[in-house]
Amino acid sequence: MHVFKPLIRLCCALAAAMLLATATGCSVSQERSIVVASTTSTLDSGFFDYLLPLVKERTGITVKVVAQGTGQALDTGRRGDADVVFVHAKAAELAFVAQGESTKRYPVMYNDFVLVGPAEDPAHIAGQKNVLQAFQAIQEHAATFISRGDRSGTNIAELALWLDAGVDIEQKKGSWYKSIGQGMGAALNTASASGAYTLSDRATWIHFANQGPLGILVQGDVRLFNQYGVMLVNPERHPNVKKQLGQAFIDYLVSPSGQQDIAGYRIDNQQLFFPNANDPNA
Amino acid sequence: MPDGTSALHLVLTADPSLVSIVRLSLAVSLTAVVVAALIGLPLGALIALTKFRSREFVIVVLNALMGLPPVIVGLLVYLSLSRSGPLGSWGWLFTAKAMVIAQAILVLPILAALTRQTIEDLWVEYRDEFAAMNVGALGRIRALLWDARFSLITALLAGFGRAAAEVGAIIIVGGNIEGFTRTMTTAIALETSKGNLPLALGLGIVLIAILIIVSAAAWLARRAGERLAG
Amino acid sequence: MPSDLPICLSQVSVHIKHHVLLHGINLDLTRGSPTVLVGPNGSGKTTLLRVAMGLLTPTSGRITWNGQEIAEPVGRAFMFQRPVMLRRTVRANICYALGAAGVPRSKRNDRASELLASVGLEGLADRPARHLSGGERQRLSLARALAKDPTVLFLDEPTASLDPAATQSIEQLLLAASERGVKVVMSTHDLHEARRLAGDVVLLHRGTIIEAAPAAKFFTEPSTELARRFLAGDLLL
Repeated sequence: MHVFKPLIRLCCALAAAMLLATATGCSVSQERSIVVASTTSTLDSGFFDYLLPLVKERTGITVKVVAQGTGQALDTGRRGDADVVFVHAKAAELAFVAQGESTKRYPVMYNDFVLVGPAEDPAHIAGQKNVLQAFQAIQEHAATFISRGDRSGTNIAELALWLDAGVDIEQKKGSWYKSIGQGMGAALNTASASGAYTLSDRATWIHFANQGPLGILVQGDVRLFNQYGVMLVNPERHPNVKKQLGQAFIDYLVSPSGQQDIAGYRIDNQQLFFPNANDPNA
Repeated sequence: MPDGTSALHLVLTADPSLVSIVRLSLAVSLTAVVVAALIGLPLGALIALTKFRSREFVIVVLNALMGLPPVIVGLLVYLSLSRSGPLGSWGWLFTAKAMVIAQAILVLPILAALTRQTIEDLWVEYRDEFAAMNVGALGRIRALLWDARFSLITALLAGFGRAAAEVGAIIIVGGNIEGFTRTMTTAIALETSKGNLPLALGLGIVLIAILIIVSAAAWLARRAGERLAG
Repeated sequence: MPSDLPICLSQVSVHIKHHVLLHGINLDLTRGSPTVLVGPNGSGKTTLLRVAMGLLTPTSGRITWNGQEIAEPVGRAFMFQRPVMLRRTVRANICYALGAAGVPRSKRNDRASELLASVGLEGLADRPARHLSGGERQRLSLARALAKDPTVLFLDEPTASLDPAATQSIEQLLLAASERGVKVVMSTHDLHEARRLAGDVVLLHRGTIIEAAPAAKFFTEPSTELARRFLAGDLLL
């Protein structure tokens, strides 16, 4: 029993130290940090791994990215759990502003989507220039297609493409259409494992290390462009929002130096994101 | 985590991002177990030793809660800690503190239920002696918990295993933020979704190795204890 | 401290489900020499000790400790036939009993050393109690019981599995305690032990008291047929 007393004291001290570590670990960074709700595809593409150190260098702000689907990211903004929302679904972003959840949407950059599929290409769409016709072909051949099904920007874009292709996906979907309710990486893993088609953003695709039998079959159609916008969560709705720091982050993203940094992100020497903050139509 | 490097390389070079992830994982899970133990062990002992009307019902529910789905706990804690939620003013969402809370909630029923069973079994033996020695309720709880300490170490390990292995709750309440709330399991989830499967597997092996080390440490503590005090 | 004596049992019966363990027990335990319960296995000796200690509530009948119907076991101690060793050292076991008896922390160590010496366990003070032999455990259990400084000491077959040397040392301890004024109430299988220790003998058979008498009379002139047969070595069925 005598030996156990010091042992117990040691354990208590360790536990206290750890509690302290987790507690203080937070407060130190609380000072110049913001929470940015963004999307899983942006995170999976490695974009933030590249950009955040630059943000820190240029503005001194520590950016904490919480990556969720676009729908969930906007919801996080609505709850006041993030300072800034950085997603790629223009209609949803404009609605966000219309609802008063933010006072202004700033266009930042775009990347594009690519339609990837298996080498055997059962729907024969390889090299197709018109993505809508490619979608029609997939549906006609009942070729396996993986949908993210998670209200993400990519998902919203996919559904818009079905609509524009004249396919009522709710009616026409069968066992060939698999809605998995997960992020871009999960969708690519699933497509790779089952030799299926899926719509992916180029950045995540290039960065994805488990491509398996998949390759890019359709790209370049302007309908595949994917616009990103950034918004400060309305501080009048949520007083805890870090207004100055959040706005400073946004100002950096749309500034010439920020836009240049964005253009500088490359994988395999390919530029992935194209800055367009000055485009009035973006 | 740097892409393209194997987990072994990260371990051998003591890569700082790996070290910080391991440190955070241990801190969160161990703290969660300590918090859950401070509540769960006396609670389990109390249920074991007290007669009250709905006792059987409480035991059934407690045992069932051992299988509480982590995602549900994550969601409930998220809603509570969200700025729009009741505890939003604490500002704990997306921090390590939220992860500790979620994991403590998951571990608590395991510790309480296993303690309850262990103490109840021991109580059968000890009841008469305590009655004869005229030991009060508090004294009984303390003496039984101490005498059951070796079995309770196993219960604590079970709790730690549950905490260290789970990812559903902490990814929701922590946000998997690099450098702040990214643990072994959430890092594995992320690398998997990036398609870095070999790296994900490698990290998984590192995590299992850590679990083995913790288990070995507990075993050594038990051996030393048994030799000293039987 | 106020004594629990006399302990008066009046028409005490104990039934568990449909099994009658004791019935019609009338017995007074008063200050003085040891009272020894004898009788075959299953005759109710253990049950009677537990009722007198207060560990078991009678199904019918009345029991009072110094006139009180309910008395916390502050002044009485019990040594069990198979004592439970706390998972700690021998010394810590005694300290625990001392703590439960209300002895202040500062005095515990010294008192523990005294008790250990009195039962001959001082050399094993730091050994884990679970590593003790049967005889050593009995002695530790006795020391724990004595830690309370009781006025009444109940013992259930205290020397049942002990070798002669250990038996002798326990018996000497009990006699010494009795001389100090502790009322010893014990059960035994061993008639010779009863002869050595008893002031009063109580013979139990099938849950009732067959005969209760001072030892001298019981062993030389038992008044009941059953007692005669028991002393003669017959198996009482």
